[in-house]
Amino acid sequence: MNRLTEAFQRKEEVLIPFISCGDPSLDVTRELIHCLAEEGVLAIELGVPFSDPIADGPVIQAASERALENGVTLVDALEMGKKVREDGVEVPLILFTYANPVFQYGLAALVRDAVAAGFDGIIVPDLPFEESEELRQYGQKAGLAVIPLVAPTSRQRIADIVASAQGFVYCVSSLGTTGMRHGFSGEVDEFLQTVRSLSPVPIAIGFGISESKHVAHFRKRTDGVVVGSALVKRIGELQSSLVSENSRKRALSEVKAFVRQLKTE
Amino acid sequence: MKTDEKLGGQGKATTWRFGPFGGRFVPETTMNALIELEQGFREALADREFMNNWRERLEEYSGRPTPLTFTERLTDYAGGARIYLKREDLNHTGAHKINNALGQALLAKRMGKKKLIAETGAGQHGVATATVAALLGLDCEIYMGEEDVKRQQLNVFRMELLGARVVPVTSGTRTLKDATNEALRQWVAQVDRAYYLIGSSVGPHPYPLLVKTFQRVIGDETRAQLLAAEGRLPDDVVACVGGGSNAIGMFTAFVEDETVRLHGVEAAGKGVDTSFHAASLSKGRPGVLHGMYSYFLQDQHGQVTPAHSISAGLDYPGVGPEHAFLKETGRVRYTYATDEEALDAVGLLCRTEGILPALESAHAVAEAVKIARKRSKNEIVVICLSGRGDKDVETISSAGRRSGE
Repeated sequence: MNRLTEAFQRKEEVLIPFISCGDPSLDVTRELIHCLAEEGVLAIELGVPFSDPIADGPVIQAASERALENGVTLVDALEMGKKVREDGVEVPLILFTYANPVFQYGLAALVRDAVAAGFDGIIVPDLPFEESEELRQYGQKAGLAVIPLVAPTSRQRIADIVASAQGFVYCVSSLGTTGMRHGFSGEVDEFLQTVRSLSPVPIAIGFGISESKHVAHFRKRTDGVVVGSALVKRIGELQSSLVSENSRKRALSEVKAFVRQLKTE
Repeated sequence: MKTDEKLGGQGKATTWRFGPFGGRFVPETTMNALIELEQGFREALADREFMNNWRERLEEYSGRPTPLTFTERLTDYAGGARIYLKREDLNHTGAHKINNALGQALLAKRMGKKKLIAETGAGQHGVATATVAALLGLDCEIYMGEEDVKRQQLNVFRMELLGARVVPVTSGTRTLKDATNEALRQWVAQVDRAYYLIGSSVGPHPYPLLVKTFQRVIGDETRAQLLAAEGRLPDDVVACVGGGSNAIGMFTAFVEDETVRLHGVEAAGKGVDTSFHAASLSKGRPGVLHGMYSYFLQDQHGQVTPAHSISAGLDYPGVGPEHAFLKETGRVRYTYATDEEALDAVGLLCRTEGILPALESAHAVAEAVKIARKRSKNEIVVICLSGRGDKDVETISSAGRRSGE
């Protein structure tokens, strides 16, 4: 059983923070992973920057661009996994990457190297169910959970998608891209119920979750809650203090405080 | 949706794909919109009234059929095969883009949508979309890279004059590639009332099929016109390739005719050995962007790299999936022409025929002259003259070109 399945079974944490690898620098990303793990989270999504992040809203697009300017690649993200595992980090790690870097790396090679680097799951947002069979087969063999997304508009496809899900099912809260939203339609709860009733694995929700009251609402209805843009925005605001050695410690404690606040009901 | 269609991808040859190319590489939030689009498209295809309405509009609004013009002086200049021009430049709004824009806008209306969303590079597809939105009484939102907005102020004004809202895109390279990303994102967020009208034979399934359906009129007309004029098929057919919509529209009618040689001409910009070109098929690698598996310019890590061409319509780092397939099967020969060669071809066609071609189409003219030279006088070369060059006069003039050199 891998770290991800165990973490869901422990039911201690629900938060799944997303950070963009290399934003504002690879050193800072390493420290951020440490500080998120210390603060207590269910898992961490590590985003690989991409030139054309079609599923992402402006906040994560900007983070991705900053990381690309730092020359960060998929290879660096794998290396990051290896480093933090060597540091003793035990929190489940999920690699978040668009399809093209995966195809250029090679599906089989990536699955093998991601497992070796200590990743427990992978999310490829532009590889829908109909295009992901090969990756799912490699993932199953190697023990890397290929985590599918389902949306309220997935309708009759939900059953097929969740039937082959590994790790957990990532439920998209609303249409559009990642990014902060103030509220959610009541239909989301109904959608979550549908997914939960069909899914053989735990379910998590993401896209637009930015406030502690959202987390409190959805933790009752899911097993995990992904917070991306809100955290990435906070990291963006703190970037200069995070980069400078003198102020990094203080800035990291602000990130921790932000995560803690998200978890308070 | 039937089960076999619903589960159609999975790397096998299905209607989703052209060989291994094409597919539907989009976020899950986009999938249902594409399924509904495919359904709407199939229903429209089977609806005789819909297709007749589209054909009538092409005739009465855009001026189809466009002529097939024999070029006496260009033929003499090349000194070989007889050269014909398929005059897509004579369409309303000045290019073949209107064929597709009209077809898709009518489809949008049939599907009950109230608004058209489109991406545009230099603004030609944006103008075509804004035009048909005005014609059919639909709202219109055009996504355009901030860099392009600055470079193409006149087209921005033209779109606004037609009642469209032009939204500058500030992400990534701030050009067509990023405008396409943003149009796809914004479509998903308002899919109930909005229709995404893609401008080239690119994007996730069913867009490449849709665009081919509405552009193949180019080749179908050409075939019939040439048979009437010469009693035979052409020996060579030449078209420029950016995303590839005019080329697929021209080639489709001839793909089954084994004797007809097909040539696609990409933009070599400042040369394919520099990093300033747009020759995805010649110099790119297979990968995924804008929802399709095709050829793209990219670095070793799969980051898409910027394209360059003097012609904005070819300035795209990818190509439609059917072209990738036709390259791999060898049915079409893909080659390229540089900025310089295109500029020379503009001057040549102006002086020999009194026709100012779009810079895009001039790439095809440049290659066609090379081909015609090598052929005998009883062979026939057809060029798809996809658009007129009025929009390019400023670019041509600032490249230091005068009529007569």
